[in-house]
Amino acid sequence: MGKIKNKQALEALQKTLLQQRDPNKPCVRVCVGTGCRARGSLNVIKSFEDEVKKQGLASKADIKQTGCHGFCEKGPVVVMGPEEVFYSRVESADIPEIVSETLLNGRVVDRLLYAEPVTGHKSVHEYDIPFYKKQTRRILLNNGKIDPTNILHYVAVGGYLALAKAVTGMSSEEVIGVIEKSGLRGLGGAGFPTGRKWRSTRDAVGDMKFVVGNGDEGDPGAFSDRSLMEANPHSILEGMTIGAYAIGANRGFLYVRAEYPLALKHLQIAIEQSKEYGFLGDDIFASGFSFNVDIARGGGAFVCGESSALVASIEGKMGEPRAKYIHTVEKGLWNKPTNLNNVKTWASVPLIINNGANWYSQIGTKESKGTAVFSLVGKINNTGLVEVSMGTPLRRIVYDVGGGILGNKKLKAVQTGGPSGGCIPEELLNLPVDFDELNKAGSMMGSGGMIVMDENTCMVDVARYFLDFLQYESCGKCVPCREGIKRMLEITTNITKGQGKKEDMDLLQEMAETIRDFSLCGLGQTAPNTVLSTLRYFRKEYEAHVIEKRCPAGVCKALIQYTILKEKCTGCGACKALCPSQAIQGEPKKTHIIDLSKCVKCNTCQDVCKFEAVAVKQKVG
Amino acid sequence: MTNAQSPVEPMPEYDTVDQIVERNNCKRSALISILQEIESVYNYLPTWALRRVSEKLGVPLIQVCGVASFYDAFHLTPQGEHLVRVCLGTACYLKGGSRVLESVEKELGTKDGETTSDLKFSVHSVRCLGACALAPVMVIGQQYFDKMMPMKVNKILKQVQSRSGKDQE
Amino acid sequence: MISCSINGIKVQAEEGSTILEVAQMYGIDIPTLCYHHDLTPYGACRLCMVEVDEGKRTKIVASCLYPVKEGLKTRTHTEKLIKGRKLILELLLARCPSSKVLQDLASKMGVEKIRFNMENDDCILCGLCVRMCAEQMGSGAVGFVGRGQKREVATPFHAASDICRNCGACMYICPAVNLQCRGVKHPGDLCNSCLVITPQCIEKYGQVTCTIESCGACVQKEKK
Repeated sequence: MGKIKNKQALEALQKTLLQQRDPNKPCVRVCVGTGCRARGSLNVIKSFEDEVKKQGLASKADIKQTGCHGFCEKGPVVVMGPEEVFYSRVESADIPEIVSETLLNGRVVDRLLYAEPVTGHKSVHEYDIPFYKKQTRRILLNNGKIDPTNILHYVAVGGYLALAKAVTGMSSEEVIGVIEKSGLRGLGGAGFPTGRKWRSTRDAVGDMKFVVGNGDEGDPGAFSDRSLMEANPHSILEGMTIGAYAIGANRGFLYVRAEYPLALKHLQIAIEQSKEYGFLGDDIFASGFSFNVDIARGGGAFVCGESSALVASIEGKMGEPRAKYIHTVEKGLWNKPTNLNNVKTWASVPLIINNGANWYSQIGTKESKGTAVFSLVGKINNTGLVEVSMGTPLRRIVYDVGGGILGNKKLKAVQTGGPSGGCIPEELLNLPVDFDELNKAGSMMGSGGMIVMDENTCMVDVARYFLDFLQYESCGKCVPCREGIKRMLEITTNITKGQGKKEDMDLLQEMAETIRDFSLCGLGQTAPNTVLSTLRYFRKEYEAHVIEKRCPAGVCKALIQYTILKEKCTGCGACKALCPSQAIQGEPKKTHIIDLSKCVKCNTCQDVCKFEAVAVKQKVG
Repeated sequence: MTNAQSPVEPMPEYDTVDQIVERNNCKRSALISILQEIESVYNYLPTWALRRVSEKLGVPLIQVCGVASFYDAFHLTPQGEHLVRVCLGTACYLKGGSRVLESVEKELGTKDGETTSDLKFSVHSVRCLGACALAPVMVIGQQYFDKMMPMKVNKILKQVQSRSGKDQE
Repeated sequence: MISCSINGIKVQAEEGSTILEVAQMYGIDIPTLCYHHDLTPYGACRLCMVEVDEGKRTKIVASCLYPVKEGLKTRTHTEKLIKGRKLILELLLARCPSSKVLQDLASKMGVEKIRFNMENDDCILCGLCVRMCAEQMGSGAVGFVGRGQKREVATPFHAASDICRNCGACMYICPAVNLQCRGVKHPGDLCNSCLVITPQCIEKYGQVTCTIESCGACVQKEKK
C-alpha cells in the first residue's frame, strides 16, 4: 500500500475498507491494554485463536486485539461483536464455552456478564452497562473498538479525514479559529485555552517551531493518557499534525514516560505506519506541508510533566523547570517557539475539525466546554476511565458511573488533580466538574485523576502522602519547594505519629501560602494544595490527631491498636497462621489474642478474618 | 553516586557504548535514550560508560552525571536480577501498598531502593504504573501481580526465585 | 530606555535589564542570596521576589530574572513579600545555621526564631560556586547532581577533579562556609548580634536614597 496522495484517495480507501467489512460477521475484541494484559489477556487471545482454529471457524470470525476499554476493574475484557456482548474477568478456561455458546449459537454465557455491584442486575450489551451508558465518550470513543497496531482500523472509522480537510481545504487561520471557537481547554493540567496558545505560538518569532505532545502522566492514580496512547495512538498523531499545520511547525515530539512501555510501542508502530501511508513526512496530501514526529522517552521524573522541565528533558538535560517569564510558546525547545499540549487535548483536535466547533461546545458549561476524562480509582466499585460532559456533578460520576463505594462504606472525599489538587468533601459532592468550579473549591482538574476516599481514609495521612510524593519528585532547585515541602512533611508526619503540636496547623497554613507564591514552578506552587484543602474541610481530623492523639479513620499506626473481638472470634486460627510477627496466640476454637508488643499492624489478620472479628481501635496508653 | 573505585566494575566495553551513541546519531538530545540503552545492557550505568558517553557526545562529564543522577530510570549501582517494583501510587497506597512494601523489605532483608547482597533482587517503590484497577500492584520484571497483600509476598518471591534463569518474563 | 516604577518611584531602565538590576542602580535594597552581578542569574533562593502588576493581575516574580517592561509597576516590600522572605530565611537557617551571611540577613529582616528541626548542612544549593567555576574561571569542575533531597554540588563521581585548578573561587563566593558565625551557641539560636547597622545606600551614595517606602535595610536593633 503506497502513500495516500490526496483527500479523494483517503475517502476511497475508507469506503473500500467499510465495504470489505461484513457488519454481521462475528468479531471478538479482546483488550490488551496494560490492565487486562496484567491479568492475562494475551493468553485469552491465544486461547481464542486456538479454539477458533480447532473448531474450524477461522474464516467465520475475526479476532481483534484492542487497546484499553477503560473498564479495568472487569478485566480481562472481551466484547463479542456485532451484538456487543460484554464479558468480564474472562480467563483462558472460559474460551471453549464462549466460542460454542456465543460465537456459534448466539447464546450468552451468563456467569461472565457484568453485574451491578449493589443490585446484582446483569447487562448483556456493552452499551447497556451503566458504567458506559452514563458516559459521553468522545475522546475515548474508539478505545476498545480498533486495533491500535493497525492503521487501517483507524482509517475505517474516519481517521485522517480531519487532517486531509485541514491541510487541503483550510488556512492555518481558519484552523486556529475553529479551535478557539470550540472553547477547547488544555486537558493536562491548568486548562489553558488551546486556541489562544496555538495563536501565540503561531505569532511568535522564530525560524523554526515545534509542537510537543505531553504523555508524561506522572499523577499517581491517573491513567487516561496511558489508555489513549495504547488504544488510539493515531488520534494523537493526527491532532498534532493538524496543530503543527496551523502553527507553522514542521517537527514534533511526543514525550512518553518510561513507565509506559506498551504506549511507547504502540506509538512507535503508529508513527511508522503513518509515514508509510503519507500522513506524516513530506508534502502531506500534496498540500506542501511537511511534518515529522519523534518520540522522546522520559527518564522517570514527575516534574518532567511540567512544560519547561519537559523541554529540558527533551534537550537531554536534567528536568529542571525554569521561571516562565518568557513563555514556552515564545522560547521553548532550543529556544524556539514551542506549543505543548497534553495528548488528550491533541486527540480532541480531529474530532473538532470533523464535527465543528459548535458540536464540541454545545455540551459543557459556560467556561468549560466539551468533555473531561477521569481515571476513577480508589474505594470505588467501578475503577476505570470515565468521560463525561463538563458540568456533570461529581455525585453522578461517583454513584451512577462509578457504582458507588466499595464495601458499601461511607464516602468521605474525592481527590482530583493529583498531588497538585485538593480533596472535595462529601458535602460538596454536587459540585459540577468544571475547571473553574474545581479551582474555587480548592482543587483542580489537573490530569484527570479522581480518587475516591472512604471513612477509613485519614485525611492528615493523605496530606502527608502527597507531600512525601512531592518531596521525592521535587527537582530541588528552589528553596520554598525543596526546604518548604520537606518541613511540611516533617510536621504532618509528626501529627500522624501523635507528636503534633497545637501551633502546627497555623504553621502549615502560613508555610503553604509562601510556598505557593514563591516557588519557581507549578510543582512547588501547587504542592500546598492538599494541605490547604484538608485543613479547610477536615480541620477536625487534624485537631483529633494533635489534641486527642486519635486517628478518627483508624489509619495512623502510632495511634491505633488491633484487637480481636471475643464475641465474633471462632478460634479458626487463620490469623495466627499468617501473622508475620507471630503476635497472635490462641487455642483452636477459643478466642485468640493479639500481643500488642509484637504486632506490626500489617492488617493481615483483618484481611484474612472471615468473621469480622478483628477491629482497629484507638491506642490506649 | 558510586565510588570511582567500585570493586564490582567490569572491564569497559567501549565498542558497545560507542555503537549505542552512534545509533542515536551522537545527539546530545538523545542522552536519556542513550543512557536507557546502556542501563538495559548492563543493568546499571557503570562509571566508565558515563565517561565514554561524555567523550563521544562532547558533553561535560559533570552534566552527564547530572542527568544520570536525576531520573528514576537510572541506577549507578548494579541492580538485582529481579527488579521488584511495589506501586505506591495513590490508589495502591490507599489500598495498603505500603504494607506490601514493608512485607517485601522484611522477606528480602533489604530496604526500598536497595539490592540484596546476592544481587538477586532489587526493591523499588514506584509511584503509579497506570494499573490502578489492580491496586495494590507489584511488578517483578514484566510480570504484574494484582490485588497484593502482605501474606502473598513470600510465595510470589519464592516462585520468582525458583524460576530464575529459566524464563524470566 | 524604558519607563516604569518601583515602589511608586518613576525609574528609567535600559531594555533587557532585570528589575533587580534597576532597583540596585537606584539604591533600592532587594535582598538576594544566589545572585551575583558577574554571574548569570539563577532564580533559586527566591529571596528577591517582588510584586509586579501586569494589566489587572498582580504576580510575584523573581526580580533577578524578570525583565523590565514599559509601564511595569513593581513593589519590593509588601507584607506578603516580607513574610515570605522571612520564611525562606528560616528554612535556610534550619539547614545551615552557622552561615554568617544567613545570620546577617535574618537580623536585617527581623527573623528571631526557627520553628523547624535544626540540621548542620554546609551547603544551601545556591549554585554560586557552580556558576563561578563555569563562567568566571572557565572550568566547570563542579555541578549539580541528584534530585530533590538528594541534590548536591559535586565533582563527577565525587572523585578528585582533573580539571579543578585549586583557584579557591568557589570557597570565596560561598555564602554558607565563607564566613562562619560564632554567635550561635545552642540549636535554634539566632545570633542577631552582628547586625548590619549601616544601610547599603549610605555606604554607596553617602545618603539614604529610599524616599516613599522603606526598603527595610535600616532596621536597627539593640545589640544583645
